[in-house]
Amino acid sequence: MLQLTCPYCGATATETELTPGGEAHLKRVGPEGSDEAFEAYLFHRRNPKGVHFERWRHTYGCGKWFLAARCTVTLEVFGTYPAQTTEPPEHIVDAIRTKRPDWTLEP
Amino acid sequence: MKRYSVFALAREAMRGHTGWERAWANPEPRKSYDVIIVGAGGHGLATAYYLGKNHGITNVAVLEKGWLGGGNTGRNTTIIRSNYLQDPSAAIYEKSRSLYETLSQDLNYNIMFSPRGVIMLAQTHHEVRGYLRTAHANALQGVQTEFIGPERVKKLVPIIDINGPRYPVLGGLWQARGGTARHDAVAWGLARACSAMGMHILQKTEVTAVRSEGGQVTGVDTNRGPIDCSKLGIVVAGHSGVLADMAGFRLPIESVALQALVSEPIKPCMDVVVMANTVHGYMSQSDKGEMVIGGGADGYNNYTQRGSFQHIEETVRALIETFPMLSRLKMLRQWGGIVDMTGDRSPIISKTPLGNCFINCGWGTGGFKAIPGSGWATAEMIAKGEPGPLAAEFGLDRFREGRFIDESVAAGVAH
Repeated sequence: MLQLTCPYCGATATETELTPGGEAHLKRVGPEGSDEAFEAYLFHRRNPKGVHFERWRHTYGCGKWFLAARCTVTLEVFGTYPAQTTEPPEHIVDAIRTKRPDWTLEP
Repeated sequence: MKRYSVFALAREAMRGHTGWERAWANPEPRKSYDVIIVGAGGHGLATAYYLGKNHGITNVAVLEKGWLGGGNTGRNTTIIRSNYLQDPSAAIYEKSRSLYETLSQDLNYNIMFSPRGVIMLAQTHHEVRGYLRTAHANALQGVQTEFIGPERVKKLVPIIDINGPRYPVLGGLWQARGGTARHDAVAWGLARACSAMGMHILQKTEVTAVRSEGGQVTGVDTNRGPIDCSKLGIVVAGHSGVLADMAGFRLPIESVALQALVSEPIKPCMDVVVMANTVHGYMSQSDKGEMVIGGGADGYNNYTQRGSFQHIEETVRALIETFPMLSRLKMLRQWGGIVDMTGDRSPIISKTPLGNCFINCGWGTGGFKAIPGSGWATAEMIAKGEPGPLAAEFGLDRFREGRFIDESVAAGVAH
């Protein structure tokens, strides 16, 4: 069973205690955005076979939203971090690079 | 191709079954094909089959990274029905169901289609109203369904407890012409028919890159070398995002795990398919006597072909309440498949931003029932370069334009 450590309350929660919230770091498109950009923001997803940044909510715990870096092939968790970031923090990127030397962070 | 018949069976019985030929050839790839289909599951093979049968295009290769029908075609719970709410869905699923009726004869291969009937249980008042609405919609769409009361449900499914404490059975949406088919046989029969038309089915051939020139597809790179093509069809279900990435575009799709399980075989006890969408469980009995059970999908991206145990537990817990006799059954096997979920829970049959590259994906948790209809529509689109009437509403542009085919309300959970 998938286990994630909540970066806010520090509890290690199993997936029954958590709610998945889809891809993280989506850039919201403003009123001046094109139809294409708005479509991409709303619907297009990376859906990678490999490293995935995603949102989770510690629903049956502290209730906070947080982000996790996880491999969708091995279910390995590289780390969790607070939701108030626009891109993965350095220590998470380093943790991924240690285990996936070929991996690159796409914009 | 030697036809299967009662005479062939008698002849082979007389000579020790030494004369059966291989069902499909195992050729070396050519340098170039008119059409390459990526993915030899049901949908990919059906696309190739109808390209040949309906449109006379037989210079076709179907590439498969694993083995025939080893993905979701071999992992689903084989339910066939067409009782959808929205018109475009009802049209393509009903086309598919009607093609299933004669597919064994068309393919000269017994796919064991069993139109035993499908009940979708109404266990809340919301569901009663929802299914009444679906039954009315189906009447207008020409899909034969009816809403039946709890007594009729009990008569059709004697092992059901219609007075369950949490979710009593208040009725059901009954499609008498729905049922099941043998999933492997669908893949094998289609492969045999494609091979007989001269198409190449290339197993253990994994696409590693999509090649293009000036915005038009020119071929693919594979682990067996590059292969050229004029047109490319991507029909890879859970791996659609990976292929789309190779072709240079993104999809409104996320891949998640969906699980199923079977019990030990028991004597015949249920001769229809029962789906219980409120409690996320559905069940039928296989010819071997196993109870075949499916449940809800996981909520997070996953390519592992195995899901989370709590979903199995939820499914079994819910079904035991509706079918108390299940509590004494042992479950034998459990497995998972990667399903490609779109936001509106409807499929995508579409042209793509890359010229002459077409995609068929997004069938999510309910692709098996759609195999022949989906192949029919996708073949038409690839042959003509534009989607025909069955596929037109399922284009990628529906997301930008807000023309969703919203089945998530009616049937988003269990198919």
